[in-house]
Amino acid sequence: MEIKVVKKVLDVNDTLAMQNREVFKAAGVFVLNVMSAPGSGKTTLLEKTLVQIMPRIKSAVIVGDICTTNDADRLARSKAPVIQINTDQFGGECHLSAKVIGEAAAKFDLKHLDLLIVENVGNLVCPAEFDIGEDARVVVLSVTEGEDKPVKYPLMFRQCDAAVLNKTDLLPYLDYDKDAAVSFIHQVHANMPVFEVAAKTGAGFAPWINWLVGKVKEKTHR
Amino acid sequence: MQIIEIATNAIPDDAKNVRVERVNVKVGKLSAVVPDSLKFCFDIAIKDTPLSGAELVIEEIPVTAHCNKCENEWTISEAVFSCPRCDNGDIHILSGQELNIESIEIAD
Repeated sequence: MEIKVVKKVLDVNDTLAMQNREVFKAAGVFVLNVMSAPGSGKTTLLEKTLVQIMPRIKSAVIVGDICTTNDADRLARSKAPVIQINTDQFGGECHLSAKVIGEAAAKFDLKHLDLLIVENVGNLVCPAEFDIGEDARVVVLSVTEGEDKPVKYPLMFRQCDAAVLNKTDLLPYLDYDKDAAVSFIHQVHANMPVFEVAAKTGAGFAPWINWLVGKVKEKTHR
Repeated sequence: MQIIEIATNAIPDDAKNVRVERVNVKVGKLSAVVPDSLKFCFDIAIKDTPLSGAELVIEEIPVTAHCNKCENEWTISEAVFSCPRCDNGDIHILSGQELNIESIEIAD
C-alpha cells in the first residue's frame, strides 16, 4: 500500500527560515549570508568591511565554524557584537541552519541593528541548500582558487546575489585568468555583480561597500 | 535523518506491526545530494528503526529551465545557465532542486 507523503526534506528548516525572516523584517534588520570555500578570505573581508561601514551602519555578526572562536575574536576587534557558533556540538555540521541562526540572532538587540552578517561555515556545497532567513547571499572566491569554481559549484553561484573575487593583490604573482573566472560566474548566473577586491589592502572596496550599504538602506530606510 | 523522521511520521498511527518496504524520494540534480551516498547512509541509519529493511528508491529529477525572454524551456545538462535559443541569462529554474519524500510503501 502506498502512502503519499509529498514533503520537502528541508521543510522544517524552511519553516524556521520563514520565521527568522519575519523576525528580521519586524526588527528592520538586513541579513547578509556570506559563504565561500575555506580560506577564500571571508573573515578578512568582513573585518575590513565592518571598519568601513560602522558606526553609520549598526552591525553585528554570527560566525559559524566547526571549532574555535578564532574568527569571532578577530571580528570582535571591530567593536561589532559577535556570536560564534561551533557546529562540533551538533556533530560537526558543515553549514549553518535556520534553527541555530534563529537562536543566535535572539541574543542580539535586533531592533537597534541595521545589518546582521552571517559568516557561514567554509563550504561551497551545503550552505547553498539551507535558507536561514537572509535578505541577500554573497559568495566569496579568491584568485588562489581555480577559475572554474563557479561551474564546479553551480548551485552556490545560482543561489547567491553577488560574488566577491578576493585577493586580487596576488594577481601579479599568479597565472590566474580573471576574465575567465568572471565569465564562468556569468555562465552560471548572468549579470551577477562581481566585486574584485583585495581584503588585505582594501583595494576595490568602494563598489562592494556601496552595494552593501545600498541594500541595507533599501530595507531599513535609515 | 530528516528523511527517516518524515517517513516514520507518515506511518499511520493505527497500523500495527507495519513493515515499510520502500521510501520513495525525488532528488534534483542541482541539489547538493549524491544519490549513492544518500542510499548508503540511509541503509545504515534505518537499522533498529521502524524503517528497518526498507529500500530507498530515488528518482533523479533533471534540471529544467524557462527563458523569461523567449519562453523557451529546455533541460540543462552542463553548468550553462543561459537560454540555448536566445542566449539570455534571465532564466527561471523549473526543476532540479528537489529533495522531497514522495511516498512510503508498506506491506499489505
